[in-house]
Parts: sequence; structure tokens; C-alpha cells
Amino acid sequence: MFRARHDTPPEDGVTVTIDGHDVTVPPDTSVAAAALLAGLDHVRTTPVSGTPRAPYCMMGICFDCLMEIDGVPNRQACLEIVRPGMTVRRQDGARSLGAAP
Amino acid sequence: MVQADVVVIGGGIIGSAIAYGLRSLGCDVVLLDEGDVALRAARGNFGLVWVQGKGLGMRRYAEWARQSADLWPAFADELHARSGIDVAYRKDGGLMLCLGEDELNRRRWELAQLTHQAGPDGYDCTLLDRQQVQELIPDAPLGDEVSGGSYSPHDGDCNPLRLLNAVHHAFRAVGGQYRPDHRAETITREDDGFTVTANRTVFRAAKLVLAAGHGITHLAPQIGLQVPIHPERGQVLVTERVRPFLRLPINGIRQTDEGTIMLGSSAEDVGFDERTTADTMRHIADRNLRALPCLRHLRLNRVWGALRVLTPDDFPVYEQSVSHPGAYVATSHSGVSLAAIHAGPVARWIADGEEPSEFNQFSTKRFHVSGTA
Amino acid sequence: MKTEWDVVVIGAGPAGLTAATEAAGLGLDTLVVDEQPAPGGQIYRSVEAVHTRRTKDAALLGPDYGHGLDLVRRFRDANIPYWPETGVWQVTEDGELGITRAGEAGLLKARRIIAAAGAQERPVPIPGWTLPGVMGAGGAQVLFKSAGMIPRGRTVIAGTGPLVLLVAGQLSDAGAEIAAVLDTVTQADYHMAAGHLFSALKASDYVLKGLAMMVKLRRRGIPVHAGVRAVSVTGSDRAAGVAYTDPKGTTHSLAADTVLLHDGVVPSTQLTRQLDCTHGWHHTQRYWYPVTDAWGTTSCETLAVAGDCAGITGAKAAEASGRLAALDTATRLGRLSAVNRERRAMALLAFQRRHTAVRPLLDQLYQPRLSLPAGTPDDTILCRCEEVTAGAIRAAVADGCLGPNQLKAFTRCGMGPCQGRMCGLSVAELIAAERRVPVMQVGYYRIRPPIKPVTLGALAAMAPTAPAPPDPLDT
Repeated sequence: MFRARHDTPPEDGVTVTIDGHDVTVPPDTSVAAAALLAGLDHVRTTPVSGTPRAPYCMMGICFDCLMEIDGVPNRQACLEIVRPGMTVRRQDGARSLGAAP
Repeated sequence: MVQADVVVIGGGIIGSAIAYGLRSLGCDVVLLDEGDVALRAARGNFGLVWVQGKGLGMRRYAEWARQSADLWPAFADELHARSGIDVAYRKDGGLMLCLGEDELNRRRWELAQLTHQAGPDGYDCTLLDRQQVQELIPDAPLGDEVSGGSYSPHDGDCNPLRLLNAVHHAFRAVGGQYRPDHRAETITREDDGFTVTANRTVFRAAKLVLAAGHGITHLAPQIGLQVPIHPERGQVLVTERVRPFLRLPINGIRQTDEGTIMLGSSAEDVGFDERTTADTMRHIADRNLRALPCLRHLRLNRVWGALRVLTPDDFPVYEQSVSHPGAYVATSHSGVSLAAIHAGPVARWIADGEEPSEFNQFSTKRFHVSGTA
Repeated sequence: MKTEWDVVVIGAGPAGLTAATEAAGLGLDTLVVDEQPAPGGQIYRSVEAVHTRRTKDAALLGPDYGHGLDLVRRFRDANIPYWPETGVWQVTEDGELGITRAGEAGLLKARRIIAAAGAQERPVPIPGWTLPGVMGAGGAQVLFKSAGMIPRGRTVIAGTGPLVLLVAGQLSDAGAEIAAVLDTVTQADYHMAAGHLFSALKASDYVLKGLAMMVKLRRRGIPVHAGVRAVSVTGSDRAAGVAYTDPKGTTHSLAADTVLLHDGVVPSTQLTRQLDCTHGWHHTQRYWYPVTDAWGTTSCETLAVAGDCAGITGAKAAEASGRLAALDTATRLGRLSAVNRERRAMALLAFQRRHTAVRPLLDQLYQPRLSLPAGTPDDTILCRCEEVTAGAIRAAVADGCLGPNQLKAFTRCGMGPCQGRMCGLSVAELIAAERRVPVMQVGYYRIRPPIKPVTLGALAAMAPTAPAPPDPLDT
């Protein structure tokens, strides 16, 4: 859905794992942006009907970019900044309590 | 002017259930409700259909709550059939959790009192130890402080917003007239009935039911009744949706059919202030996390404050005015638990004069005893 | 954590930055809390990073964006305490703020709060707007500013407002494939507006910049279709194209991989709504704004608002409103005489007037037309969280639902995690249309805390400030 204008070399960027794939992005990039760069078409399916959703507003308003970040589900990926080694996963439907660390 | 057999003032869960019951008995009923923003205890409700613990100090109320719980399964089915709305009623029993030995001891004492008060009929509620509680809710690991609890098979829960919606739908489906944005202003008695003015419209009826929650305070004197009620704020927290994990409703923790977790609640004497406060939110979160620590990563979606409608002894009031026969008042802070009995026996009492046994115990006379008791 | 402050400023866009700089300069003990990781707000988002590390992108974003760096530098030079990535989940009339920071919740106490929460893009409930591949044009611009990202594949931008042409131009400059711009403004409207500007408002360059951008797009061979209506996004699991109607009434469809929507911006009113401040309705731009005095004070005296959250006036006017709110705050807190407040305000008010003079014309020209709630098809979703359709809302109104608060109970509309931010405007307008009453009469959701996410664990771990309340009733 989106691509970076310039590649970020690993030494200049932050490498995170998104749905099992490593992606290197500039520092200060939001997790939602990183997920789009990683090629994710949608970041979650809704708890109501299970339809796919992708980040929409990119500014903390719409809550459509909810993702599981370092094991904690339903975090607003557009407001979370990438940290080295972060593990991010797409989420399906409602969260399960067992998924929390 | 609108003419009817009965005008019911109050579109909350009590007024709606009574109006629906009256209409089902064949009465021509108009239900008057307020607008989009009003003091609505019914919209702040927790959704328990509860028996255990109710009525300590008034045997008749303990029986009354149990009788309503007995009527609830058929009531839920009937609503579903008439409104098409499933109110998500489940009656798998309910739990009260105790933290620490003191709470468990107090619970033991309360159950003993309720059992003694019930007499030969007995009181169907069991005290449980920690292990037994855990077995009932295996997917929700208990916090270290949980000492035990009590279980009643008669308890249950429902979706309270859908209940209100379903009762309104069913009321209209059987031919009732619902009038939103019609706040009752004045009531006057005429030779053969009552006249209510609301939103510049005049409603006339032989009978009148006042079920207006806090609106009762200024309306009841117009039908010759003094009903001492006061507001008590309860704050309720609701979380994001989670996959089903809590098999039974608990006093204070309930997973809704949609998956959200409701957490309650507080009891604050703050007049008509419906706002929420950080301190009470913190207290509710803390108390319930000590019971079920697995909730700690859940995000709050919403917190609200709603005002319970309480009488001095917290028990309901049902009464026909002596000075204004044909005018009735009904109030309780358990509108959901009692919805089934309001739609049934209470509606029959108003429609046909079929008075439930020992019903005078629910009159306001109990507050007007002379001298200092 | 220091908890007591003279002033807490919420937000670090142009209004928040100038408010904080002014307040601190007047000797007030000032804290800025910001949801974003770095100062600048959405308009100057990532401006420090862009100008230090990504100078090529800085050139594309232009001098208007670069101006933000001056504001941020002045703010940084003043050494004002700044807490980024901090959410405010509750404010009270007596100046208590509930915040979350690094996963922990806490309470602050301010003698005065200046909210500079900015604006959000107007939600546009058109068919297909929930599909992956659809995004706000402002959202796409955030991706470019913050991470140098551009849409992949054929991109269609639809809607109205200065941002539509600006984003189209910037993304095209950056190498994105802009397949078309669908503008709901007609060609005739543009010409009329341009005429007004030349004769009456020579100082303003807003619309002229837009027209220049349009010329640039045309030169690149990017079609700009003016006066489009009935825009919808097609596709099943993701966006595959866009359909629209031209001014002659003919329907067209375009293939698209990414669809960017923009129907103007509206004030973020979650804070002022949570405090139950008095709000007014902007008839031309169809949004709610908190009613204030000239200094930005709301109906709740503890709270002033500045910048676009007080009504859309743009980034330049926001700078003045932030400083005005700070001056008045200093007077209220006994740091500045009323006479000196007036004296200092004169130039600011003149500046503000100059930058708001063009607004009535912009508001008229760029009326939101992508989404017209009264015409929303029944099967289109209004509430993205709870997936409530226009049809379900119409049915609720037919059942006696009078306003948004009853609608929540009837349908769960507005009860999801976004707390009505994405549906509140459309819902009020749709109910008003169905009931044939003014929107003001329908009103808005009662906004409940927490207005930003907070976990139960964080809440429970806060230090208590009062003794535990008595035990609740059984039910």
C-alpha cells in the first residue's frame, strides 16, 4: 500500500519484526507506518464482523490500526514509535485474555 | 388531547416494563419519556438479574426478587418473540466474590441472616471456598486475596441496553403508544381520571403510573404521595472487547455478550452530579484486579456515572395513592432484576386490582412511622 | 513526577507551542503534554527530524512547513518541560488531568489548562471507506512527513479543501503515481473565489497556492476532475477503484490501489465535550466548536482552547490564539495586569484577523461534499468501530430515537474504542435530517472518560488521593 522513498540501511534505522518478517525503518517511525512498509495490507480484522481494516487516520483518531505489540493487543500502532527488537502482529477479532503477558 | 386508559410517566426500564405489561393485558397505554439527555438510571445499568443478597432486612423483598428471577426466562423469550431482540439473558447462576477473611465472614453472616429470615422456605444460596469459586470460573484465575464467595443458581444477567430497547419495541408491537421528548410537567386530577401535560400536549387517562425515577420527587406530591428518594452515584467501567472467558456474572465484574467487561461499582452521595472521578475509577479498577488480576492489561473504553434512585431503606416502593385513587407510584433501584415482575404481577395489580400478597409492605407508610424508631 | 503546575498545555502544534512559550516567558510554571513523539503537531509533524536527517524531503514539503522549525526551536530554547507520547484521558473543572505516560497512569493538577488539541480530518462515510487501501489524505501526508513514505501503485485523491491539491502535488513530486484528483469543488466555484480574492483579499495566498498546484498537476498530465459527486470506493476485501458522478450526471469509474479521502478538517472536541463545555455549530463547514471568549476561555473557566480545536482557522492564526490564551492565563493567575494583557494582545489580534479574514471564503468554497449524511446509502457504515450503518440509524430514529445518546443505547453506535470521533458528526447530521430538525437540536454524544486509552492495571496502580469509598450495593 505504501513504500519508502529512500531505503533505510540497518545501521541508520530500527529493525522490528512484523508478522514474522524483519523490516528496517527510520527512527521515529510509527508502528503503523512500519506495518504498511512491511507490506501488510490490513493490520486487523474487526471484533464485530471479522472484516479486514488498515490504518486510516494515522493520527490517533480512528482506532483502526490496533495491533498486538510485544504481546499486548489493541495498541494504537499509529501512536507507538518503533523500538529495536519490537515484535508486532496482526490481530484477528477480539483479543483473548490469554494473549496478555 | 390524547386519551388513554393509563398514562405511564417514565420511559426507563421500570416504566417501560409496567407499560408493556399493561398493554399486554389489553389496556390502552401511553408511555411518556424524556429527550436525548436526561437522568437515566436505566442507561447506566450493570445488567445483573440478581437475587442473592437482596432483601436483607425485608423478607418480602427477598421473595419478590426471587419471584422475578423465576419469571425472567419466560419474560426474555416473550420479549424476543415480540420485539425480535435477544436481550442476551443467561441464568447460569451468579457469584459474589470475597477478598480476605473479613469479607468472607461477613458474607457467611449475611447468608445466615437471609436463611433465618426466609423461614421454612429456605434461602437458596451457597457459601463457597476459594477452590469452589475457581472451579466455577476456570478461565479466570483468581487473585491471591480471594477467600471464597457465594453462589446462587437463580442469578443471571442480560444486556440492559438491549433490554430497554426490546421492551420499547415489544410495547409498540402490541399497540402501545411511546412518546419520547414528552417530559411530564404537571398532573391534575379530574372527576374521572388524570390529566398530564407534557411538551404542550395534554394526556387524559383513568389511571396514572408514576415511574419517573428522580422525577418522582416533584411529581408524586401532585398525586398526594410523599416518596422519599435520593440519588446515589454509581460509576461503572467498561473495557474493550475480549473473547468469552467469564462463564458467570460476578457482583462487580460481568462479561457482556459483546465481549466487553463491565466493572462496578461505587456508591457515592454526591447529589445529582453524574460526573466520573479518577479516584473512584482507580478504586474500582484496584478492587476488581485484586479479584481477577488477568484483567490488568485491558483498556478502558468508557466510564460513566449514573444515579441510582434510592429509598431510605433501598427497597422498592409500590403504592396506590389514597387521596388520588387510580394513581400509582413504582420505584426501585433494581429495574432490570425486577423487569419480569413489573411486566407481570405489578401490571396486573394496576390493571385489575389483583394485589400481590403482603403488598402493603412496599408502601411508603414504612417511612412515615411516627416517633423515632 | 512533578504533579502541580500553573499551566498544562495539551498538544504541541503551532497553538500549543506558542501558548507554552508565551506562558513560560511570563513566568508561569508550564508543562506541555503531547500525544506525538516530537513537537510540531500534525501540520509540522516530524519537522525537526525532516530538517536534520531528511533534507530532500524538506525541500518537497516547502517553506510553509519549514516555518514550523522556527516555532519548535523557540520552544526548545525556552527549556519548557515537554512530555511527548503522553495521553490525557480525563480533565476536570478544577484542573485535574489524568494522563498516561510510558504505560503508567497519573494525575496532574493545573491552575489552568490550555487545550491545543488541533483538528482531525472530517470522517467521510461513503460506500467502501472502511476498506484497506483507503486512507485520509492527511493520514497519507503524515506518512510522508514522518517516514518519507508514499503510496504504492495507482493513487486517487478525492474530496475538497486546500490539502487535497497540496497532498496531490507533494506526493506526485515525491514520485507517487497520482492517477486522478477528484475535486468536489466546481471549476466555476474556483473562478468566482479567485475573483473575490484578487479584489478584496490580496494578502491571502491560500486559494492561489491551490490554483498553482492545480496548474502543476495538469502540466504533469494528472487529471483533476472538478465538481464530482457521489464518490464511492469499490472493491471487496480491499480498495480496487473509485466510482463518481461528473457534473453532467454521468457515472465514471477508475481503477485504484490506494484511495485518499479528504473532506476538510474539523476541530477535535473530545476534551471540551468531556468537560461538557458549551458548543456551537458551524453551518457552512458543518462542525462543532467550543464557544469561547476572545482569549479562548470556554464555558468552563479552567479551560482555554487555542488553535484549530477552537474552530478551524489554520496554523498561522493558531500561533496568535495560543499566545492570546497564554496572556489571559497570566492575567488570571496574577502574573500580568489586564492593561498589559490588552497592550500585548493588540498586535496578536491584528495578526489573527489577517489570517482569519480569508476563512469565510475558504469555508464557502471548500464545503464538505464528499459525505452528505442525509444522502448516505442505507448499507454504508457510519460507526466504524461498532459497524453501524446509516440504515440502522434511520431505523432507530423511526423507533423514536431523538439523539446520539439514545442512539448509543439503541445500536451501540459510538460506543467503540474511538468514542464517536469517527461517527459523531455524521450521526448528528443524519438524525437531524431524518427528524427534519436543526443539528443543534439533536446535539452530540456525551463524551465519557477515558478519552485516551488507559489500562485497568495502570489505573489501579495510581496513588490514591482519597480514602476508599464505602462498599457498594449488591447490584
